[in-house]
Amino acid sequence: MGNPALDAAFEGGAAFVPYLAAGDPDFDSSLEYVEALERGGADVIELGLPFSEPVAEGPTIQEAVVRSLEGGMTPDRFFEFVEALDVEVPLVCMTYYNLIYRYGDEEGPRPFVEKAAEVGLSGFVVPDLPAEEADPLREACDEFGLDLVFIVAPTTEGDRLDRIMERVSGYVYVQARLGVTGAQDDVSGQTESSLDRLAEYDVPKAVGFGIKTGDHAERIVAAGADGIIVGSALVDIVAEGHEDDEDAETVAARLEEKARELKEGAERGLAQRAPEAERT
Amino acid sequence: MSETTFDGKFGDYGGQYVPEALMPAIEELNDAYERYVLGNEDGFMDEFRRRLRDFGGRPTPTQHAERLSERYGREVYLKREDLLHGGAHKLNNALGQVLLAKYMGKERIVAETGAGQHGTATAMAAAHLDMPCEVYMGERDINRQRPNVFRMRLNGSEVNPVTVGRGTLKEAISETMRDWATNVEDTHYVIGSVVGPHPFPAMVRDFQSVISEEARAQMREKTDGLPDSVLACAGGGSNTMGAFAEFVDDDGVGLYAVEAGGSSLDVDEEAGVAPNSASLSTGSEGVLHGARTKLLQDRDGQIMESHSVSSGLDYAGVGPELAHLVDEGRVTAVNVDDDAALTAFHRLSQLEGVIPALETAHAFAYLEENHDELGETVLVNVSGRGDKDLESVIEETSKRDIDIAPDMDAFAGGF
Ligand SMILES: Cc1ncc(COP(=O)(O)O)c(C=O)c1O
Repeated sequence: MGNPALDAAFEGGAAFVPYLAAGDPDFDSSLEYVEALERGGADVIELGLPFSEPVAEGPTIQEAVVRSLEGGMTPDRFFEFVEALDVEVPLVCMTYYNLIYRYGDEEGPRPFVEKAAEVGLSGFVVPDLPAEEADPLREACDEFGLDLVFIVAPTTEGDRLDRIMERVSGYVYVQARLGVTGAQDDVSGQTESSLDRLAEYDVPKAVGFGIKTGDHAERIVAAGADGIIVGSALVDIVAEGHEDDEDAETVAARLEEKARELKEGAERGLAQRAPEAERT
Repeated sequence: MSETTFDGKFGDYGGQYVPEALMPAIEELNDAYERYVLGNEDGFMDEFRRRLRDFGGRPTPTQHAERLSERYGREVYLKREDLLHGGAHKLNNALGQVLLAKYMGKERIVAETGAGQHGTATAMAAAHLDMPCEVYMGERDINRQRPNVFRMRLNGSEVNPVTVGRGTLKEAISETMRDWATNVEDTHYVIGSVVGPHPFPAMVRDFQSVISEEARAQMREKTDGLPDSVLACAGGGSNTMGAFAEFVDDDGVGLYAVEAGGSSLDVDEEAGVAPNSASLSTGSEGVLHGARTKLLQDRDGQIMESHSVSSGLDYAGVGPELAHLVDEGRVTAVNVDDDAALTAFHRLSQLEGVIPALETAHAFAYLEENHDELGETVLVNVSGRGDKDLESVIEETSKRDIDIAPDMDAFAGGF
């Protein structure tokens, strides 16, 4: 089940997984922004394929979705975007189920997954597809060797957690707090108990929702996460650049710098954990 | 009543496509639905029916419409949900869900609303049952439906404007789901129609099926038989499913879901806009707001902006059970355009002294155009009254040439 690229990306123990909406605010700038994230230290990149009704997103990413759609983003343009990107790290497509379900000539997820494999994507995160409805996509992912990442919320426990863990591959997306995406001023207290609940499962745990600074990243990795996922704090930089009419190069430089801050924070967190690991 | 399978699927439609944070709440709700609604645990359904009677004013009458009967040469009956407290069928569901939230120990209610009718019903039920309530409503709909905004505020609810997208029901539903995902531990989302993830479509239908339960008995009493056809307008489809539920097994009864044909059935793929809200008639299968159903969407699966002169029908999706019954051939999906609905609004007001909601007027427009095919006895569900729509009607009528309408310029400014 799954694909070796993501396993390798988590080997270092403190993976940095940034998110940007592909095509935000336009195709070419967005290519530069994603490439800047790799230079800044990204280990995996989550690329959003925008859906018109992003129910799991807060205002920051909602607005990114609008910009990208207005810029003409479609599933086919998205695949072109992936092909045009010059990055080495694995790419995970983040989108909503209707776009996957509708793609191609037949109804169902297979054509989308086939195309994703063809352009070199490594996996998917689909926030409105719970484990109960995911078997057709899981099967297609197995057929084409892609990973299917699931989100585990602070409210997920018991049978539901088992059901998700039977189907997950690549990494599990640990939602740090209830609610929708959006940068926060502090790290959620729910993170540690979520990591504890997941400890027995042998799959990398990447924590996301609300992470904004290197300091947040440090604390989350120190608490035992294998990686951090950061979306809104990066999308904010894209949004500001767009509003202030800055050139893509300037914005890309700022993204790279922010990425570096987050990656370095994650590594500091890992360093704090290491001695303890040796003692046990 | 039509069957629901254990997993909440209606054929291929339905299901539970929601963010993981909501899944435990949906499991909890499903459990409560099975125990309290289906199993009448702790006498839930008895209390619901008592409150529908004493607070809601049920049963509503089934009235013989004399002048319409004469006009169409057949017997026309009206199920008067406009006489329910609040002025629309929406209270059946809102009261049921707010009461259920109480039984579940929830402390806060959120709801979305299009025409404001569901928001009003929820605000009333929440005040009646002493629960704090917040309602999300698209900014465009707030402007179209001001009387209902006032009513919600008067009942003590907060009204939160939704500005994203076109500011109609679709955006309001997304925004309410976000609130629910944030506050899921103590909050219940009172969804306004037979849409959303399981168990909502089945549960809302059950609360609304009191309409057809009463209508069936009342028709038997008045006519010694059942109607040849039942007509109801379909936005999400809650008054539709409520009016149909107890007739689904009566093969001789034709069931007609009347959608909003808007200004045209054509779509502008490029702009992502459908100038109608006829998802049963023109939509395709997809996944939106928690369920697989028929949707107005473009080739890629992006949801289209819909349109209707009536904000309560202005939605790009429809209930999964209704989509299934249409595919099965049990329900006939039809539609009428904005002009016909407005004309029917004036006609019913003049002929019967019943001012219908613009939503409801769609069902009467279909009756006007197709009465020949509907058999000897026709039952129309009057889903709501039109008081909320008067400002829209004045504005929309004055843009058109509706010969039976009074002179709207006489109202303008002086209203
Ligand atoms: C009077 C009335 N009828 C019909 C509707 C459409 O909803 P549904 O199709 O769920 O009955 C509304 C929605 O607001 C309404 O207010």
